Amino acid sequence: MTPKIAQKIAFVLIFLATIIVIIPVLLIFGIILVNGLPAINFEFLFSMPKEGMRAGGIFPVIIGSIYLVTLACLISLPIGVSAAIYLVEYAKENLLTRLIKLAIVNLAGVPSVVYGLFGLGLFVIFLGFGVSILSGSLTLAIMTLPVIITASREALTSVPLSFREVSLSLGASKWQTIRHVVLPNALPGIMTGTILSVSRIAGEAAPILFTVAAFYLPNLPKSVFDQAMALPYHLYIISTQIPNIPKKFTYGTALVLVMLVAIMNFSAVLIRSRFRKNKKW
Amino acid sequence: MKLDKKIKEFTIENLIFISGILTIIFVVLIFIFLFKEGILFLKVYPIIDFLFGKLWYPISDPAKFGILPLILGSLLVTLGATVISVPLGIASAFYISEIAPGKLRDILKYLIELLAAIPSVVIGFVGMITLIPLIKNIFHIPTGLTALSGSITLAFMAIPTIVSIAEDAITSVPKSYREASIALGATKWQTMYRVTIRAALPGIIAAIMLGIGRVIGETMAVMMITGNSAVIPQTFLQPIRTMTATIAAEMGETVRGSNHYYALFAIGVVLFAITFVINFLADTFLNKVKK
Repeated sequence: MTPKIAQKIAFVLIFLATIIVIIPVLLIFGIILVNGLPAINFEFLFSMPKEGMRAGGIFPVIIGSIYLVTLACLISLPIGVSAAIYLVEYAKENLLTRLIKLAIVNLAGVPSVVYGLFGLGLFVIFLGFGVSILSGSLTLAIMTLPVIITASREALTSVPLSFREVSLSLGASKWQTIRHVVLPNALPGIMTGTILSVSRIAGEAAPILFTVAAFYLPNLPKSVFDQAMALPYHLYIISTQIPNIPKKFTYGTALVLVMLVAIMNFSAVLIRSRFRKNKKW
Repeated sequence: MKLDKKIKEFTIENLIFISGILTIIFVVLIFIFLFKEGILFLKVYPIIDFLFGKLWYPISDPAKFGILPLILGSLLVTLGATVISVPLGIASAFYISEIAPGKLRDILKYLIELLAAIPSVVIGFVGMITLIPLIKNIFHIPTGLTALSGSITLAFMAIPTIVSIAEDAITSVPKSYREASIALGATKWQTMYRVTIRAALPGIIAAIMLGIGRVIGETMAVMMITGNSAVIPQTFLQPIRTMTATIAAEMGETVRGSNHYYALFAIGVVLFAITFVINFLADTFLNKVKK
């Protein structure tokens, strides 16, 4: 076999492998879109579930997910961005910095269900928040922290050193430089990372299983100490625990969840590509 | 006024510092809150019987808490997923970084990011309605909820991790390596598998390890697809149960403070330890790449 023919065969195989990887993405979206679209209407999105969740809508489920994700984001965003600022702008090469970096790597690798256990142990029981939106959001916030830190670090590092030098040489303090020069330039990168992490926690079921998720609630949650229903957990229970549920209900719920995630993902990609085009350095 | 500003900056800079430290505190807290409960279990149940016991009967009397079937279940699914995802993932990484033309590369990268973004429950749900009947019919077995189905599903959850990190590693191989190889008369393919892949090896190993870490920790999809039967697996065509699925499925039904409850935390400790080692090693390889 000549090297040229070997290359042809190898490239065809590599191409086929890539196709095999891509097909499930299209398949999953296709299946959910085709079967879920007929379920989507005003009643499905904006009314309460009826008849053991076999009729009515999924309004409280959507609301629960929105509460959870928003609160988690409000908690993790300031901590995550600050931690990234510390690592990029302040930290020296020492043991502490190495430990922080190791901690981030480790946080990123902890399985989601272990976060659930941790949230149960610390927030639900030890701190006495109970099974509540607060416990669930705190758990999700810690889980998403490494993603936000990593994305923010990359965004901050990509701001050229000369920007900082100019600002400092004009007499600005270190914090003024960060606040008025570095952060504005890093903002699109930070936003991209944040949106991606939000889209991830919107889809997580394992960490909320024992910290917030309710099988069924007759009312909308009124405070952060209430339980809530949430999209990923709802999809799990209606597709595995409730027999004879109309098929379009499960597909419809899956579609709402997937669209939520896909829209956030797409907007993150859009911001990123815009930013790359407009980059001034 | 000036003092005011100084105090403000001092406060802000300290808050920033504390945020950095918080990451360490969170890891320590996770560790403490898992161990605190897990240790209570090992006080009443010998660790050898826990790790190597062959029976997981948490609610019978007397209860048995041997997690060997669960560990083997996790390992079997992970092994299967690795065998499927590594060749596919690395091939795709090469296609995207070395072969695909510009526009196609962007589209492929986006689709793989999208695959990473699909929630685990959704993948589990679609797997239940497509893969499970397929496996059942192909192999003529009583149920499609098998280790094989779990492996295939999890492979596609590991692939985005493998592709993106391996692709980074491949792209960061200096161009001069490739040019030297091509100048010596090697074809593009020979250059790829003799030069580029070797130079990118530490990064590719890290990619594989992070993929494995993702698979071992995966919960929802695996719970929906593998059948959840806690027996020591013999083949890929039988239902199995993983450590993660056990925690997720049983925690809701246990009584707080019971042995069963503490046993589930002890499983959490085992999972935490496994993923800690995997991620630590992967990070070491990645740091090698940077140097």
